[in-house]
Amino acid sequence: MSAALDTGSAGPLLEVEHLTMRFGGLVAIDNVSFDAADREITAIIGPNGAGKTTVFNCLTGFYKPTEGRLALDRGGRPYLLERMEGHDIAHHAGVARTFQNVRLFGNMSVLENLLVAQHNTLMRASGYSVLGLFGVPSYRKAEREAIDLARFWLDRVNLTARADEPASSLPYGDQRRLEIARSMCTRPCLMCLDEPAAGLNPRESADLNRLITDIRDEHGIGILLIEHDMSVVMQISDHIIVLDYGRKISDGTPEQVRNDPAVIRAYLGEEEDEELPPEVAADVAADAAKSGPAGGEGA
Amino acid sequence: MAVLAAEPGAAARGVDWRHVLKESALAAFIALMLTITMVGLRTLDSGGSLIIETRFPEVAVAVLLVFLGRFGLVLTREGMPLPVLIGGVVVAAAGLFLPLPATVLRVMTVAGGIILALRAGWVLWRHSAVTADREARDLAMDRVGASVQRVTRYVAPLAIAFAVALPFIPGLNDRSSIDIATLVLMYVMLGWGLNIIVGLAGLLDLGYVAFYAVGAYSYALLATTFGWSFWLCLPLAGVFAASAGLILGFPVLRLRGDYFAIVTLGFGEIIRVILLNWYDFTNGPDGISSIPRPSFFGLATFTRRPGEGDTAFHDLFGLDYSTVHRVIFLYYLILALALIVNFFSLRVRKLPIGRSWEALREDDIACQALGINRRNIKLAAFTFSAMFGGIAGSFFATRQGFISPESFTFIESAVILAIVVLGGLGSQAGVVLAALLLIGMPEVLRELEQYRMLAFGGAMVLIMLWRPRGLLAHRDPTVTLHGGGRGAKAGEAVAAAGAPAQ
Ligand SMILES: Nc1ncnc2c1ncn2[C@@H]1O[C@H](COP(=O)(O)OP(=O)(O)OP(=O)(O)O)[C@@H](O)[C@H]1O
Ligand SMILES: [Mg+2]
Repeated sequence: MSAALDTGSAGPLLEVEHLTMRFGGLVAIDNVSFDAADREITAIIGPNGAGKTTVFNCLTGFYKPTEGRLALDRGGRPYLLERMEGHDIAHHAGVARTFQNVRLFGNMSVLENLLVAQHNTLMRASGYSVLGLFGVPSYRKAEREAIDLARFWLDRVNLTARADEPASSLPYGDQRRLEIARSMCTRPCLMCLDEPAAGLNPRESADLNRLITDIRDEHGIGILLIEHDMSVVMQISDHIIVLDYGRKISDGTPEQVRNDPAVIRAYLGEEEDEELPPEVAADVAADAAKSGPAGGEGA
Repeated sequence: MAVLAAEPGAAARGVDWRHVLKESALAAFIALMLTITMVGLRTLDSGGSLIIETRFPEVAVAVLLVFLGRFGLVLTREGMPLPVLIGGVVVAAAGLFLPLPATVLRVMTVAGGIILALRAGWVLWRHSAVTADREARDLAMDRVGASVQRVTRYVAPLAIAFAVALPFIPGLNDRSSIDIATLVLMYVMLGWGLNIIVGLAGLLDLGYVAFYAVGAYSYALLATTFGWSFWLCLPLAGVFAASAGLILGFPVLRLRGDYFAIVTLGFGEIIRVILLNWYDFTNGPDGISSIPRPSFFGLATFTRRPGEGDTAFHDLFGLDYSTVHRVIFLYYLILALALIVNFFSLRVRKLPIGRSWEALREDDIACQALGINRRNIKLAAFTFSAMFGGIAGSFFATRQGFISPESFTFIESAVILAIVVLGGLGSQAGVVLAALLLIGMPEVLRELEQYRMLAFGGAMVLIMLWRPRGLLAHRDPTVTLHGGGRGAKAGEAVAAAGAPAQ
């Protein structure tokens, strides 16, 4: 938690205030406020349909929030995300994201995927492609640098050997890591990861956790993480926000959230127990065993 | 934005026939309600008194068409594009051969069938391109595509050399062969131009002929009204067409998929109708005749007896006068123009703008998440595509010497699109092959002329069955880390270098 102390004075990286998103009559997010700090992993958890992805879609400009303020502080420069266009949020404010169901440029090579992510830098260097048409040296240099950055991230996610293959030919786990690498190539200050571990096997999942914590520690960016696997969430996040039916029901350190009765109720209230995270289930079972039948009312 | 929430793989579900029929019936009912008054009843002025004439067969056909169209679209969406493709071709053929009460119905039926077939073909093509289903057959075909493409790298310079030498090859240098070659090259150029927006950016443009028309009329009007020379008007025609592309681009920016295609189709028709009806300006259906022929770069003319102060081409080079000189000159001109488009396309794929076009084709939502301004790059794709279409149009005008709205019908757009789709996803060589097949063959085998559209449809069905991604669809990376494509790069550079050399 020492990282949190560094930035304590500068204010949070992202301040979400009274965010509300309605789709017709459906209130997908209901007056949610939270902060996310630099160099921290802020996890957003909650049952299916709680509104987690919708929070990301509001942050990255895919939805215009019905109400609320999304203030981002990029190295001292303030941005109000709810007033910006989607591409400007990624380009200027530096908010990158991945998608719940991977969205790669399937027919393009792995390397090309990473170069597309550096579109804005390369466009400027190539004189909006006009000068690039004539192969000016400044563009060649910029392209070499872009390839170097891509190579750095390929090494980082172990995909260098497959750089020239179409992205769609990669196994699922590799596609997930490639999507993260691609977002990092935009040099973001806030990274939003939507269930990055979905569909990964335990070994891949462990690698992914290391990648995410490394990105936080080495690149000093803030990370928002949506994750269903409680063991992962409890292990790597610095701060957890729990949503249920669009409302924030808990907010705090992993320890606080784990013991929050509201969280336990939300997860137990689910009809399908597939949603019950094993850790919480174990805790609840242990609590029940300890305090006996009367314990429920006391909590 | 529902796209974000939508799950892929809708095709895997079974088809809910009741729902499909209900939706089609609803559309047909709405069509009935609209057409019964607007089409079904017509007031006629007969000898001072108004009588009402009924046209119920027309209504019936229109309603049936709407029903079939909706049925086809829903089926396509439900993951059965192939039957729809075949059905569309059958409807178009039926429109050609069945005795229908009015010509307009025939046109509607044929156009409806073709649109439906194109739409289904597009889905087949895109679907297999995006999901990259790893069927063994497709893989094998892809290997064929890859090797053909590799061979193309070495064949391309040879093909260019052949094209350059064509007017001097005995047996092929007669007037009609060169005319056919010029025609094929025109379609190659149009195909390459359209390939930018359809093949690279993945936006289905059904109204490309509009830009062709704008280019042709720009030249024709500038040349006949102000007497400006072809060499001044050629770039101007490009500029006008590009502006038309920009103007169309703005309203359609937010649309995608079907909506985009339909609006471009509408735009194509609007341009044609304006050309037809703005009599004072465009001379309406009479067209514009005696459009000046191009000079030899402003140095000499291709006439037997040049006017005062002009030099004749044959005098300039000390040749005997021959009408073939101009034909050959036009041939070289279109060859050079087409190669410039090719050079542009090959280069631009390696530039950020070209890469973002391809990314847009693959996943436009991811594009936005990476900070790419989709509006601007779509506009750029539209503008460049339109510009090349316009330049081709002004060539068309100067070659024909006469243009009228007849030359810019939807069929023309369909032919150009067929060339691009058949050729394969963004494939430059594929366009040449498809243009040779679709334009060259019917010209050589004149008797086939009346069956041309039928042959088009048949070819489309076959290709979609056999190779939904197009004949030569194989994509090589534009940049490699491990240098796998070094040979490829050298080959393309040679092919590209051919352009300025002309
Ligand atoms: N574009 C939209 N239109 C209408 N409703 C929407 C839209 N997007 C999301 N919703 C609704 O908002 C609610 C929250 O959805 P969201 O995708 O944010 O859930 P989630 O927490 O990400 O769930 P999961 O864990 O399943 O990914 C759901 O009820 C969903 O149906
Ligand atoms: Mg979600």
